[in-house]
Amino acid sequence: MTVPSAAWTLAAGDELKAPDIEYSQLLPTLIVLGAAAVGIVVEAFLPRRSRYVTQVVLSLVALAAAFAAVIGLAAGGSATSDAQIAGMGAIAVDGPALFLQGTILLVALVSVFVFAERRLEPVAHGAPVDSFAAQPASVPGGEGEQQATKAGWTTTEVFPLLLFAVGGMMIFPAANDLLTLFIALEVFSLPLYMLCALARRRRLLSQEAAVKYFLLGAFSSAFLLFGTALLYGYAGTVNYSGIARVISSADTTTDPVLADTMGNDALLLIGGAMVIMGLLFKVGAVPFHMWTPDVYQGAPTPVTGFMAAATKVAAFGALLRLLYVVLPGLRWDWRPVMWGVAILTMLAGAIVAITQTDIKRLLAYSSIAHAGFLLAGVIATSEDGVSSVLFYLGAYSFVTLGAFAVVTLVRDAGGEATHLSKWAGLGRRSPLLAAVFAVFLLAFAGIPLTSGFAGKFAVFKAAAEGGAGALVVVGVIASAIAAFFYLRVIVLMFFSEPQPDGPSVAVPSAMTTSAIAIGVAVTLVLGVAPQYFLDLAGHAGVFVR
Amino acid sequence: MNPVNYVYLAALLFTIGAAGVLLRRNAIVVFMCIELMLNAANLTLVAFSRMHGNLDGQIMAFFVMVVAAAEVVVGLAIIVMLYRSRHSASVDDASLMKL
Repeated sequence: MTVPSAAWTLAAGDELKAPDIEYSQLLPTLIVLGAAAVGIVVEAFLPRRSRYVTQVVLSLVALAAAFAAVIGLAAGGSATSDAQIAGMGAIAVDGPALFLQGTILLVALVSVFVFAERRLEPVAHGAPVDSFAAQPASVPGGEGEQQATKAGWTTTEVFPLLLFAVGGMMIFPAANDLLTLFIALEVFSLPLYMLCALARRRRLLSQEAAVKYFLLGAFSSAFLLFGTALLYGYAGTVNYSGIARVISSADTTTDPVLADTMGNDALLLIGGAMVIMGLLFKVGAVPFHMWTPDVYQGAPTPVTGFMAAATKVAAFGALLRLLYVVLPGLRWDWRPVMWGVAILTMLAGAIVAITQTDIKRLLAYSSIAHAGFLLAGVIATSEDGVSSVLFYLGAYSFVTLGAFAVVTLVRDAGGEATHLSKWAGLGRRSPLLAAVFAVFLLAFAGIPLTSGFAGKFAVFKAAAEGGAGALVVVGVIASAIAAFFYLRVIVLMFFSEPQPDGPSVAVPSAMTTSAIAIGVAVTLVLGVAPQYFLDLAGHAGVFVR
Repeated sequence: MNPVNYVYLAALLFTIGAAGVLLRRNAIVVFMCIELMLNAANLTLVAFSRMHGNLDGQIMAFFVMVVAAAEVVVGLAIIVMLYRSRHSASVDDASLMKL
């Protein structure tokens, strides 16, 4: 086979062309990643006692500035008429990307409040501490841990790690080629693996969660990478629109190699399936969900809340873009498979959740069921499908954040009391907190006047109009099953006697209070008056190619 | 030699790696099998790059190497931490959380 050598040699006189980067279009991501890098420098040079305040302020300012930049881009028309592809074809700046980036930034902003909470743990030797380990490298129960605790150390590195994860998550749904997709996946996954291992209490559980998440996450990203390589072999490019053109045979090429690989559907089908597998793992869809309950249970609760909300937003954004921009020509092949995955995910998540006795595991299985409802919207393959999934993601992420923030408050001597039996009678002891949690559970169940109902209605409507009526029937049945265990928790909280040695509700600082208040406010506003936000998602629902 | 053979070799390596992840019980060995899968993907990228006569695949291979190195840093840190607190790196022993 003769291979042209011109592509990889450069004569001495030839000039390399420097790439054009549209910095203003990429500003939101650059702000977040820049602040994360500054956060690392803060860790290296500031004395221990001033790090906490610096990191919290830095994170909040960076996230707010990045959100303002997203709003600025959207107001400038980047979300609708002026959508374009920046960074030499690597990153799309369009409606879905900006909508999801805005959602991720708001979620992260609220998460910083929950991360920074220092009132819940008892004061250790005169220093207030948060829910992260004094010194993660020390052996649990060992001498090093005692000394670190006595010295009142805290792990302020969680804030830069959070910012790095947010940066990766912002690129993930905007990635416009498969290489950027893979890099973004790793950029947000690696900090999350570490954050999972940093719990102050129950450190063995936390470490175990981190190992499981890491091994399974790396396994799935290897699949995504191999799928990327096969798609590159098929199309000769990793650019989304380039692959889409080759799939639809719009490229009338004279290159004999490309003509040869283009004829090979095995490369396309196996490659596409592997990339989708990698994304479904991050989404937490059955049969790639096994990590979800263990990781959600073991990770520190603030991290669980952030991860449950933001990862799902980022991963569904990437999945939508892949299926709608790269593989629309293949939809007769992927739709039946996604049907099966969606049905399995909805039913398995809802049914297994019934048997759970730990509140964090219960919420994990509920998140699996919700991934199934979202997949129903993805399958619609219509503009309504995109916008309904965008709306659902925004609504769901704030309910999740709020619910996990409530979980951090119910405590006994051993830390958070996550066993469901301990939640019995919580409504008698602290009616306000129980009522707030009930609002979140009703939103999960999709009761009218909460954001969960508006989201579920939009998604199922899009799915039914997209020709997936049977899927909607299964979805409604799964919702009914799910409503059973949400209501069971409400009944447990309000209609059973409190245990004498039951947990107490810690009084949080203004930060967790405002995080929960934002969660409730978003849940109710999106439930009572969803139209403005549905319109917003509707305007944002067009991908740039 | 026809570069397609390298793609077959890479598919074989990837399968060996995936089987290793599912069958081996030591976290370090599982992790090495994952690295084998990443390197199989690299070999595929380079082979296709040669076949297509464009550089994208080779550039991607560089990116993958950097990512794999970063993953080793995080992964070994987590696995060593597990080993220090339990004196075992077996993935079967890490079973505090069950259904």
